[in-house]
Amino acid sequence: MKLPIYFDYQATTPLDPRVLEAMLPYFTEHFGNAASRSHAFGWTAEQAVEKARGQIAELLGASPKEIVFTSGSTEAINLALKGAAEMYSEKGKHIVTSEVEHKAVLDTCKHLEQLGYQVTYLKPTKAGRVTREMVEAALRPDTILVALMWANNEVGTLNPIREIGALCHEKGVLFFTDATQAVGKVPVDVEADHVDMLCLSGHKLYGPKGIGCLYVRRKNPRVRLVSQMDGGGHERGMRSGTLNVPGIVGLGKACELCRTDFDKDLAHAKALRDEFERRVFASLDYVTLNGDADHRLPNNSNLSFSFVEGESMIMGIKDIAVSSGSACTSASLEPSHVLRAMGVGDELAHSSIRFGFGRFTTREDVDFAVEQVVKAVKRLRELSPLYEMVQEGVDLSTVNWQGGH
Amino acid sequence: MRARLGRIAPAPDAPLARARGISSTGVTTPFVYLDHAATTPLDPRVRDALLPWLGERFGNPSSRHKAGAAAAQAIDAARGEVARAIGARREEVVFTSGGTEANALAVLGGARARREHGRHALVGPTEHACVRECVQALAREGFEVETLRLDARGALDLEHAAARLRPDTILVAQMLVQNEVGTIYPVRELARRVRARSKHALLHVDAVQALGKLELDVVDLGCDTLALSAHKAHGPQGAGALFVREGVVLEPLVHGGGQERGLRSGTPNVAAIVGFGAAAKLAEELRPRHAHALQTLRTRLVEGLARIPGARAFEPGAPHVAPHIVALLIPGVPSEVRMHHLEELGVVVSAGSACQAQKQSISPSLLALGLTPDESRTLLRISMSRTTTPTDIDTLLTALAQVEAKLAPPKR
Repeated sequence: MKLPIYFDYQATTPLDPRVLEAMLPYFTEHFGNAASRSHAFGWTAEQAVEKARGQIAELLGASPKEIVFTSGSTEAINLALKGAAEMYSEKGKHIVTSEVEHKAVLDTCKHLEQLGYQVTYLKPTKAGRVTREMVEAALRPDTILVALMWANNEVGTLNPIREIGALCHEKGVLFFTDATQAVGKVPVDVEADHVDMLCLSGHKLYGPKGIGCLYVRRKNPRVRLVSQMDGGGHERGMRSGTLNVPGIVGLGKACELCRTDFDKDLAHAKALRDEFERRVFASLDYVTLNGDADHRLPNNSNLSFSFVEGESMIMGIKDIAVSSGSACTSASLEPSHVLRAMGVGDELAHSSIRFGFGRFTTREDVDFAVEQVVKAVKRLRELSPLYEMVQEGVDLSTVNWQGGH
Repeated sequence: MRARLGRIAPAPDAPLARARGISSTGVTTPFVYLDHAATTPLDPRVRDALLPWLGERFGNPSSRHKAGAAAAQAIDAARGEVARAIGARREEVVFTSGGTEANALAVLGGARARREHGRHALVGPTEHACVRECVQALAREGFEVETLRLDARGALDLEHAAARLRPDTILVAQMLVQNEVGTIYPVRELARRVRARSKHALLHVDAVQALGKLELDVVDLGCDTLALSAHKAHGPQGAGALFVREGVVLEPLVHGGGQERGLRSGTPNVAAIVGFGAAAKLAEELRPRHAHALQTLRTRLVEGLARIPGARAFEPGAPHVAPHIVALLIPGVPSEVRMHHLEELGVVVSAGSACQAQKQSISPSLLALGLTPDESRTLLRISMSRTTTPTDIDTLLTALAQVEAKLAPPKR
């Protein structure tokens, strides 16, 4: 068994060998620039790009023309939010989002606030969910955009996208969803779900890094965006720059596999995740599931281990690669903004670990992870005076801790 | 180089053979590819360097575990290679998704970060579409944009530039190597004038066509920012870089996550960046030898063209022209027609920049260079790289002579 074992599928996924195989020719013999309209090298590249556009559109229930390639989800989010805000600023300057969005959405919204836009950050339920009612209550006559993630990257909570999308369409407000964690794990149909814009990222679904896309609805309504990266006029003028052909081919293939292997992937990840949780809960007390048990990604498990500090826990289980928050914020030791918004106390937030299960996770991997986690938690709790007190029957909430010394 | 289209039967040395133009099966038509200014084939060594990062080394460089740390270290090493190739310090290199994004970050982000110092921007007369259009976007945001001028020889008019520089000039964007005709512009001399007259100005240089072809030293050039693209120098598509001199402030274009010192958020394209590092290293190692070889090929090409009736190399700014790009003017049919005839004979060239090809309009750069719309429509761009051989040039010349004979009106 090669260590560490990877349980961080939300941060990034390994490339599927079938995806790599599809990409390889475009690194070598088919190296053309897809914008070279005038010769065969360019056409070959362009054909490959169009095929990928079709593969992605099919997974989303979209039309190929509605797919705009970007360097990844973060760029797609920036394009969707800033591009729509700029395009529709005369209609209004109000945007609705939530406190548990990925930093790419939150930071972009902060930037838009500096430019004079107003942003409502919805506080989710304790399970991290945003409801149709919350969105409806936040809508104003000048609301131009609702931006909510499909699935949360830390706790895996799923938002009721179809209900919120229907609401937005009733009210004539554009609806963007960050589906980076959701695509390939939950069924997505931009028509039935009333989605106007949606982003996804290659490296979260067994495709390559450096490639993603933005779905931009072309009718009912036709969404228009102001380009955030000018020049060359690629991608319907919405995103310029030489197309990353091998990356695009890889993204297309990865999306095709997500479609063809959907049921298999889903059953596999869910079975392993459920098995993992069942055994962890059976072996340890004071374990809390963060997120929404009923509306949750099938591959995600975010657990807090009371009386155990997150960083020591990560060191205690260093033979399994996991994260104590999203990868993008893990360089800071601040507790996760997601858990905070859900009302999880700092202590539990600090002891939270995110486990991810994917296409290449095996039953042996899960056995190993359970063993490692249980062993580490038990060992760390042996060092914890608080755990000892609880074992002795002290109710910690009645202890009146004093500040200072 | 002879590149071939179509699927090729796998051979153990296939990538290398392909790159050298050795036919391994002989079943597909070999092409002489002379559109290296649009994109270059990936060097097999670069391919070998990046492949592991598409395989078992797949970590997210922001993840705090071994898989993540390995990716972060690989990016750091690549950053060092790119920095070394341009005489920069490692911390001064910001990775982007490509040259267009690097240019956009400098032009848009540089101007926006300097609003309080002024709103005057100067832009080179023959910039790539991405710089030109970013500057147009600035104009829509309320910046005052002026275009620099060329002199009668097609060189940058430095006196005019000096006269246009003002204390409230906050951006000067001037490319180093023109992508359609190959002129090398005097960035160093421009930098001196910028410093003397406009202390708040950011001097941005689009050097996308220069990596591996010219010696690049950001200290010597005196620029504040400089854009590079991996796939123009035998690296992969999907990676570029912006040199940002220490202390130079830019407003990011992409927010969220804070990667690349906050200047470029988003999970980095690790494999492509590793490939870019390898490509930059090779470009710098091989440049002295290949720059000389390219110069020889260029001379061979220009001399050969002189023997084709009616043809002439268009060399604005000569003798300051890049060794790898030759613009060719032949009156008569539009360039597309000539290109298709050449392609039938197995030679691929282009009619100017790939981005312009997509728009099917006349390049504003060519008009700025003093060509008439008719002349612009006949221009062919022949662009070479270190994989180009003398045989490639001879094949092109022979093919061109044949095409001209075919296109020439019948003699009485």
